[in-house]
Order: sequence, then structure tokens, then C-alpha cells
Amino acid sequence: MNLTLHVWRQAGPRAPGKMVVYKAGDISPDMSFLEMLDVVNEGLTLRGEVPIAFDHDCREGICGMCSLMINGIAHGPMKGTATCQLHMRSFKDGDTIYIEPWRAGAFPVIKDLAVDRSALDRIIQAGGFITAATGGAQDANAVLVPKESVDGAMDAAACIGCGACVAACPNASASLFTAAKITHLGLLPQGQPERYRRALEMVDQMDLENFGSCTLHGECQEACPKEISIDTITRMNRDFIRGRLIGTRP
Amino acid sequence: MGRLRIFYASMVGKKVVMGVTGLIGVGFVIMHSLGNLLVFRGPAAINSYSHFLKSTGELLWGLRILLIVAVMFHVIAAVQLTLQSRAARPLAYTKQEHQAATVASRTMRWGGALLLVFIALHVLHFTTGTIRPAGVFSPDDVYANVVTSFRIWWVALFYVAVMVALGLHLFHGAWSSVRSVGVSPPSPQPLHHRISFAIALLVWAAFTAVPIAVAAGIVR
Amino acid sequence: MTVQLEAHIPSGPLAQKWGKHRFEMKLVSPANKRKHTIIVVGSGLAGGAAAATMSELGYNVKCFCFQDSPRRAHSIAAQGGINAAKNYQNDGDSIYRLFYDTLKGGDFRSREANVYRLAELSGNIIDQCVAQGVPFAREYGGLLSNRSFGGAQVSRTFYARGQTGQQLLLGAYQALERQIARGGVTMYPRTEMLDLVVIDGKARGIVVRDLVTGAIESHAGEAVVLATGGYANVFHLSTNAQGSNATAIWRAYKRGAAFANPCFTQIHPTCIPVSGEYQSKLTLMSESLRNDGRVWVSKEPGDKRDPRQIPENERDYYLERKYPSFGNLAPRDIASRAAKEVCDEGRGVGESGLGVYLDFADTIKRLGRDVIKERYGNLFEMYERITDEDPYEVPMRIYPAAHYTMGGLWVDYNLMSNVDGLHVTGEANFSDHGANRLGASALMQGLADGYFIIPNTIGHYLVSNKLEKVDASHAAFKAAEAEVAERTNRFLSIKGKRTVASFHRELGKIMWHYCGMSRNDAGLRTALKKIPELREEFWRDVNVPGSDVELNQALEKAGRVADFLELGELICLDALHRTESCGGHFREESQTADGEALRDDENFAYVAAWQYAGEGRSPVLNKEPLVFENVKLSQRSYK
Ligand SMILES: Cc1cc2nc3c(=O)[nH]c(=O)nc-3n(C[C@H](O)[C@H](O)[C@H](O)COP(=O)(O)OP(=O)(O)OC[C@H]3O[C@@H](n4cnc5c(N)ncnc54)[C@H](O)[C@@H]3O)c2cc1C
Ligand code: HEM
Ligand code: FES
Repeated sequence: MNLTLHVWRQAGPRAPGKMVVYKAGDISPDMSFLEMLDVVNEGLTLRGEVPIAFDHDCREGICGMCSLMINGIAHGPMKGTATCQLHMRSFKDGDTIYIEPWRAGAFPVIKDLAVDRSALDRIIQAGGFITAATGGAQDANAVLVPKESVDGAMDAAACIGCGACVAACPNASASLFTAAKITHLGLLPQGQPERYRRALEMVDQMDLENFGSCTLHGECQEACPKEISIDTITRMNRDFIRGRLIGTRP
Repeated sequence: MGRLRIFYASMVGKKVVMGVTGLIGVGFVIMHSLGNLLVFRGPAAINSYSHFLKSTGELLWGLRILLIVAVMFHVIAAVQLTLQSRAARPLAYTKQEHQAATVASRTMRWGGALLLVFIALHVLHFTTGTIRPAGVFSPDDVYANVVTSFRIWWVALFYVAVMVALGLHLFHGAWSSVRSVGVSPPSPQPLHHRISFAIALLVWAAFTAVPIAVAAGIVR
Repeated sequence: MTVQLEAHIPSGPLAQKWGKHRFEMKLVSPANKRKHTIIVVGSGLAGGAAAATMSELGYNVKCFCFQDSPRRAHSIAAQGGINAAKNYQNDGDSIYRLFYDTLKGGDFRSREANVYRLAELSGNIIDQCVAQGVPFAREYGGLLSNRSFGGAQVSRTFYARGQTGQQLLLGAYQALERQIARGGVTMYPRTEMLDLVVIDGKARGIVVRDLVTGAIESHAGEAVVLATGGYANVFHLSTNAQGSNATAIWRAYKRGAAFANPCFTQIHPTCIPVSGEYQSKLTLMSESLRNDGRVWVSKEPGDKRDPRQIPENERDYYLERKYPSFGNLAPRDIASRAAKEVCDEGRGVGESGLGVYLDFADTIKRLGRDVIKERYGNLFEMYERITDEDPYEVPMRIYPAAHYTMGGLWVDYNLMSNVDGLHVTGEANFSDHGANRLGASALMQGLADGYFIIPNTIGHYLVSNKLEKVDASHAAFKAAEAEVAERTNRFLSIKGKRTVASFHRELGKIMWHYCGMSRNDAGLRTALKKIPELREEFWRDVNVPGSDVELNQALEKAGRVADFLELGELICLDALHRTESCGGHFREESQTADGEALRDDENFAYVAAWQYAGEGRSPVLNKEPLVFENVKLSQRSYK
């Protein structure tokens, strides 16, 4: 396959950026999207140009490190798939592909397509945990947890923290990310003592990081490689209202 | 009070306020649009309904104040959230393809602005009579006011057009507001808006029927 | 010069060693803990758990990872589950049984005391994780559910859908983030450790490169913990992440830490095969597929027909043929080697010829498509996503891939290397899995090390040693910084004609071919000739673009590949010296008449710990004898 790529190039956080056109020749449909970029980068290197920086690690859709806005869609056209699991057979010979970084004020560009997503870590720091220092735990079967609760928690816990929800959201809101963690922990009995405090702290941190607000467009749910539901956002709002208006005592 | 201020300070708090005030609006427009249908039952029906409303005195004023406050909060929160969201993406994508957002959800802001302008004009037009496109206004004869105004094609057209915006606003808003206030039941397909579609359709059809009927000469 | 490797195993009966040791270890007083800075490199299960727990205890912790967030460590990729001797299923499990299974699974090349402690702590891990909110699968009644795994006859594996590693890591990550917010841990993401600093024989800090700005910086502390994961990427293609590397442990090795059993690497039999030269990674498919799939290739070499067109009598169900009693369920190493053999004979399938069929047609005929879909639906989907082939219709293609490394830095019972103060946890150390790791045991080990062992043993080290105040302005740090900077500049100044990736690919091929699933004297000697040549070419002709004051992924990779080019040689050297077969290390010269691995307990019941002897000199082999007081060594048999 031969492709035309329009790629965002930006030398550093403060440098101006622009879209640059590259030709990618000899691409096999069996390559993953990132392997296609590897090939382009090897070519650039041998021609003495600076290769395109992009984040990735596990390349099996679980670490959440890969990103990329591909033809205007976060993680590209295949639903429920992270960029690293997208294959070139989703494209046609002769296609033009636009590749941009996640764009959000809270995700400053580091270089080219790599952005700084530490804002998401800080949201977790604010309250995305259960306080359970090592050593004090009782037997794992001492508290029964209904299967439905665990399954619901697991659905939300599947979040890989890639930030596609922010990238896809027309408002650059981190609501789905934040709500997924609130839902995961809030559905489990172990998460109850801190449930409302957690919602308040995390929502406040989300504001501090300058993400946008939620209009419930549903773009995040579509972009999410783990297909996490926007139902979690309803739950976040509910816990927030309860915590703010009534108090954080469970 | 302090608690409410902190509540409102957060984006989620503002969104909840939008949801609550929006729902008040939804309730209002449903009632209002149904009330308007009395036009089809002749001058007596609608005029006596209007007299009845005015006869409630304090209650009507209570409702009016509620609506005014609701619209104020709704609009202020909308403006604040819009500004925050704009700021959250300083540099737009060269290319962005929407996967789930609908025309309705994407026109909430401009549609809302249009509604605000409309509400002002509408109050000046039918409530206070300050604006008189037909040159005449009678505080006691709602029916006459409606019929004389909508005989003018551009007045009817303006109302019809704005009602499209209202329908869209409701299609997304009636659904999202319930979720914003945190009471929507989880569903396997959270993006299906059946009930809000019905509400939007109802309100749109009821509101649109009157100017169309007058302009078409069905109601004289 | 050989060093005495003292394992410091506590005396007393096996079951009481850890309890006794915990009592005998000295404690750091609560008020003094915060005066100690502990450097933890790695934020996976082993590092993240350790950093969080030590901060909870009151130590001042600095934690490093090369990804943009600690949550992305490759522990996240583990699918299957984590073992624990809870005996919740009442099927006869016990600490002793888990201990024995793990020791035997490792082909008796690990320490009894370490493995016993691991089994002993396994239950606490599950308790801890549940308390943190890890959503392990449960039954309708609300109790935890278990599955059986890899060879064990009991059901002791806990799991969270197909994402156990992810959920365990998120538990540790969240605990870590809580400590970061509290100020107990300072996190340094996108930071790579490039050297270890040893002062007066004690590990006192590290030199790192900030991967965003390129700045080279030093961090000093009272102890260093390396939890940097495995080195399977020395094979280029593996189930590891792109960034997984040996750099941290390799630098430590060059500063004096012994590297134990480097040739003990695990090849997983069921991965999706390579599709082309530019393939960057291999994806694991759960081994459970072999319960219902039949493995075969054509009898004819180079047969390019559509598999469905190949008649039954022209197919070779080689596992069923060679191992009639185990058939398709032959153990990991056997299945992997058999696949390699048929491919070496030119009978491999797929474009590359490196693959074998895993065929579900018979089972689908017998049980129906729906049953198969229910059992393996998500795996089939994942397979189709990657290969674009529908495994319900066309046989799956699978091939073995490098997966896990049992070898690593040598540590004693306290998880401390032979360099004082340098501790090593998780996959980065060599400790618990001997020559072969059982499924669902790596997660267990990482968390046992991180939550329960190192937070205890580190205090003992701090109290028992007199540690002078040292900070990053010490001359040893400056010297190490200068070396790192010099090396970085060397990469950038070569400006040759080959990309870093091309060297990595070539090294991977050498390793895979000569030191992969089966090894022999001649092959290993060939590799030992080829690797230094390749390394020499690398330093002459590599092209590393860009500069050192920015995010430069080619530069990062160059450093990692340069280290693999050295480590690869050590792996081959170790494999050459160990002329027995054991676990994942199969020496063709040492097999039984019917092709099974043949251990040589008389000559090789020891840990081979290699010591760096300086540039251009052969490393020195130290042996730590393995003493078995509680179990009787037996030959593994699959008949
Ligand atoms: C695909 C796959 C599936 C698996 N499935 C299972 C399973 O089902 N059950 C099971 O028990 N085990 C499984 N394993 C094995 C298990 O996941 C790993 O052995 C284990 O998670 C390793 O944990 P760790 O903490 O030692 O290392 P990792 O999780 O790899 O963490 C390494 C950390 O070190 C950091 N690091 C590395 N080098 C540097 C450096 N130079 N400078 C700074 N930081 C550095 C990284 O950033 C990372 O934070 C699987 C492994 C793979 C690859
Ligand atoms: C007839 C009057 C109106 C009704 C019935 C109405 C109703 C609603 C409802 C129900 C919502 C959904 C709230 C939620 O999702 O929580 C909404 C959202 C919105 N409304 Fe209105 N509204 C009206 C007028 C206006 C006006 C005058 C504006 C003026 C600016 C406006 C702007 C908005 C905006 C911008 C949103 C989306 C906010 C967001 O989600 O970010 N609306 N409206
Ligand atoms: S690289 Fe890990 S999710 Fe894509």
C-alpha cells in the first residue's frame, strides 16, 4: 500500500507546530498502525531527518501509552481498539491519513505526537484509591461481594488511562476517566467509606487541571478502547451531589 | 449557602444546575405548548385559560420568578461552562470526525443563544406587548394577538424556525439533564434518547402548529 | 576474582524461617524512617508495591519509571491470573503444595527457602489486593472464584477477567499515587536509570536521564531497589513491551552485581506468529486454547495449500504423534520445541513459514460453534483483529515467542544483591522460579517481593550498616554522570548507515536461532562469535538521529539495544556452560532417549552467578550450590 500522511510535527513543548506531509510506501496491510509509523521513521532516519515521536509501549492495547488522533478519530476508525491494535487493513491503498496528537490544554505536547498526560495521574492522586495500607487486610473472603457489583466494577476498572476520552470530547473533558474510577471503587464494599469524599476530591482536581465540562455528547464512550459507558458519569454526578450537599459520611 | 457556593464552583456543580434549571424549562415548555393548543378550540378557550392564569396572582408571579431565576442560572452556567470548555482545547484539531455527537448535542450552545434572544423577544411580543409587529396588542385577547401576529409571514417563519432550535435543544437536553442530575438508570445503550425524542417532538409539533395553522389560514 | 555468594537463609525448619527471620531483623525506629531515602527503580508490581509500602512505613521514597505514568509498567499485560494457596476450593491446596509445585515447575533450580516464603505470603497478597479494590472474579454468592492453571492439580488461580495484571497493577498504582499525594514518594516518570553509583562498596544512588529534557541527573539515597522487569526483549520479538529493557540491571552488573542464570528464559508456545519483517511485538494467546485445538502441519515441506484443502492423511498432528499420552496438552517447553522442529524442517505454515496450525474444526464439529464461542470468543476476536482470519473457519496459526526471563540479578534471602544496599525485586531478580516459571506465579512473586518482603528487609539493612551521608555532589556521582553523557554523545556522533532497530532485529534473530527453544554447543559458539561482531558493527555504523536535549526515542532505544548486545553474549555463555537441560533451558546434548530434557543434578544443582570482570574480559562464574533439605529431586515426566 502507498499512503499520504499528514503528521503533526512540533519540536518541543514551546515550539510552534505544523502538519507535515509524508509519503509512506510499501506498507503491508498486516502491519499495525504503529509498525507503519516505525517504517516511516526508519526511512526518515536513513534520510537524515528526525523521526516522528509518538508514545507507545505494550502494543497490545492494555498499557494505555499509545494515543493518536487518526483521521479525526481518537485511536482511529476501529471501535473498541487502541491505536496499537489498529491494523493497516483498515485503510485503502492511496489513502490520505491525518495524524495528530491528543489536543487538550491539560495535555501539553511534549514533542510531535507525544503529550503529557500527568494530569490524569493527579486526578487519581486526589482520591482515586482505597486507603488500605499494606498489612492490615482481613481475609479476602471475609466480605462477600455480589457478582453484579464486581462485574460492574470491573467494567469501569478496565480503563487504561490513555486519555482518548479527553481527546475525543469536543469539550476536552476528563469526565469519563474520572467517573470510571469513581464507579470502579464506588461499586465495591471496600470503596464505601471514602466513596463521597473520593468523588468530591477527584472532581475538584479535574477542575484544577483545566479540563472542559461534560455535555454528554457520548464521544468519549465511542472512542474508549475499553468501551466504558457514560453511565459512569451519571454515577459520578450523583456521588458528587450527595457528597457536596449532604456530606461525605457514607 | 457556603455549601451551595462550593457546589456551584465546580464544573459538575454547574452542570447539575444546568440540568435542574433545564428540567424546569422542559416542564414549562411542555405545559406551555399544550396550553397553546387551546388556540385550536377558538378564542374563548385560550382567552379564558389566559385569564385563569392571570387570576392566580401570586402563584403566577411565583412561577414567573422561578422561571426567570432558572433561565438566569441556566444561561450563566451555560456561558461559564462554554468558556471553560473552549479554554480546555486551545488548539483545535485539523480534522475531527464526530462519532456519537448529534446535531442536537452540538448545537446546544448556539441553539441556546438563539433561544435566549427568542425568549426576550417573545416576552416583549406576547406578554408585555412592547413589540407589535401587527401594530395592535390587546392584553385581554391573546387569541387576537396570536392571529394578527402570525398572519405576518416573517413572524410566523421566525417562530417556526426557532422552534426547530428548541426541538433540538430539548432532544439532547431532556435526556442529558436527567443524567446530569445523576438519576438516570444505567442502560446498555446510554446513547438512545427515546423519551427525550418524544418530548422534543411533542413540544416542537405543538408550538409549530399554531403559527403554521394561522399562516395557512386554518385558524383565523 | 570470585566472590562468596552468601544466601543468608535463616536457620530452622522451612515453615518457620520467614517468621523467625522477621523477628530477628533489626527495626528502624519510626522517627528515623523518614531520614532514609530509598530509591526504587520501576513501578510495576514489584516496584510500585514496594514504593507505596515503604512510604506507608515512613521512608522517603523516590520512584522512577520510563513510561509517562507508573500505571503503564508491563505488569499491566498479564492476562491469566495470580496464584495463592488459599484452598478456597477445598481441593487439597496448601502452602506446602504451592511451594512444591513451584519448586518442581522450576525444575529444582531455585532455593527452597525463598520459594516457601513466596507460597507462605501468597494468601496475604490476595487479601491486600481485595482490600485495595481489585475486582477479582466472584461467584454469585459473593465468594472469590478460582481457575486452574498451568500444570497444577488444584484450582488456586485468582483472576480479574483477562486483565489480572492490569487490575493488580492499578491496585499498587493507586496506593502509590496516594503516597505521592501525601509526599512520601516523589515520582519520576519518563526517567530512565542509566547507571548505578556504588560508594565504598555500597549502592548509594543512580544516574538517570530525563527523557523529556535529556538532562542527566543523579539521585542519592541509603538503598537502591531495582524492579525493572525482565529482559525477554533481548530476543527482539517477545511478548514484552517495546520499552522493556535490561539497562538498569545491566548497568548494575557492570558495577559489580552478579547476574544469575541469564540463560533461563521462557518461551511461550501459543502466540500469534510473526507476519512480516517489520513486526514489532508478539501477542500472547491464552494457553487454554490447547484444550480444544489440535496442533498440526503438513507432512510436505513448503506446502502452500489452503489448510482446508489439505486432506487428513497429508497432515501431521505431530504433538499427538510424538506424545501420545499428553498430545496437544504437552507442557510449554515441549510444545514450543516441537513447533520449532517442524518449522526448521520447512513445514511451518503462513507466509513466513514460522507457525503451526491450531485447528478447532474437529471440536466445532463435535461441540458446535456456540460452545467454542462461549469458551474462547474473546480470544478468537483478538486473533481475528490482528490476523484478519476467522479462526472458526480457518485454523489458527500460532508460534512460540520469548515471554519471560527467570534469570536476573543474584539476590540473597533478603532480596539484596552481592553489592551492599542494592536490592532487586520482581522479574529483574533471579530468585524464585528456577529454570522455568509456572503460569500465574510471576504476579505473585512481584507482589510478595514488593508488599511484604523488601519493606521488611530493607530496614534491617539500613540499621545494620553504617551509612555515611552522601549526596549527589559526591565525586562518584559526577564521574558516573560524565560516563553517561559520554556514552550518549557517542551514540549521536556515530552517524552511521543502519538504524538501531535493524541491529535489534538482527540480534534477536541470532538469539532466537541459537539460544532460543533448544540450544547446542556449536550453535552457541556461533552466536558467541556473531554477537561481538554485530556489537562492533553497531558501535561503528549505527545511526541515532536527533539530539540529546529533547525527547529522543531513537536514543533511548540505542542505549537499550547496546546493552542487549552485551547481555546476549552473557546469556549464550551461560547456556554454553550449562550442559544439562532443565526447564526452559534445553541442551540438545542432554536429553533422554525419547527427547525429554535431562537434568544433571550432580554437576549443575547450583545457581550460576556471573560477575563482570572488566571490558574485554570474560566474566567470572560464581556458583551458589542449591541445597534441598525438604524435597527429593525427581525427573519431570510427561508420560
Ligand atoms: C503478555 C504477558 C502475560 C503475562 N501473564 C502473566 C500471568 O497471567 N500471570 C503471571 O503471574 N505472570 C504473567 N506474566 C509475567 C508478569 O506479568 C511479569 O513477570 C511481572 O509483571 C513483572 O513485574 P515487574 O514489576 O518485575 O516488572 P514490570 O512490570 O515490567 O515493571 C518494570 C518497571 O521498571 C521500569 N523500568 C525498566 N527499566 C527501567 C530503567 N532503565 N529506568 C527506569 N525505569 C525502568 C518500567 O518503567 C516499569 O515501571 C505475563 C507477562 C507478559 C509479558
Ligand atoms: C426554553 C428554554 C430552555 C430550555 C427548556 C432549556 C433546556 C435545557 C436542558 C434540559 C439542558 C440540558 C442540561 C443538562 O444536560 O444537564 C440544556 C442545556 C443547555 N442549554 Fe438550555 N434550555 C433553554 C434555554 C436555553 C438558553 C436561553 C440558553 C442560552 C444560552 C441555553 C443554553 C444551553 C446550553 C449551552 C446547554 C448545554 C450545556 C452543556 O451541557 O455544556 N438553554 N438546556
Ligand atoms: S501501546 Fe499499550 S495500549 Fe497501545
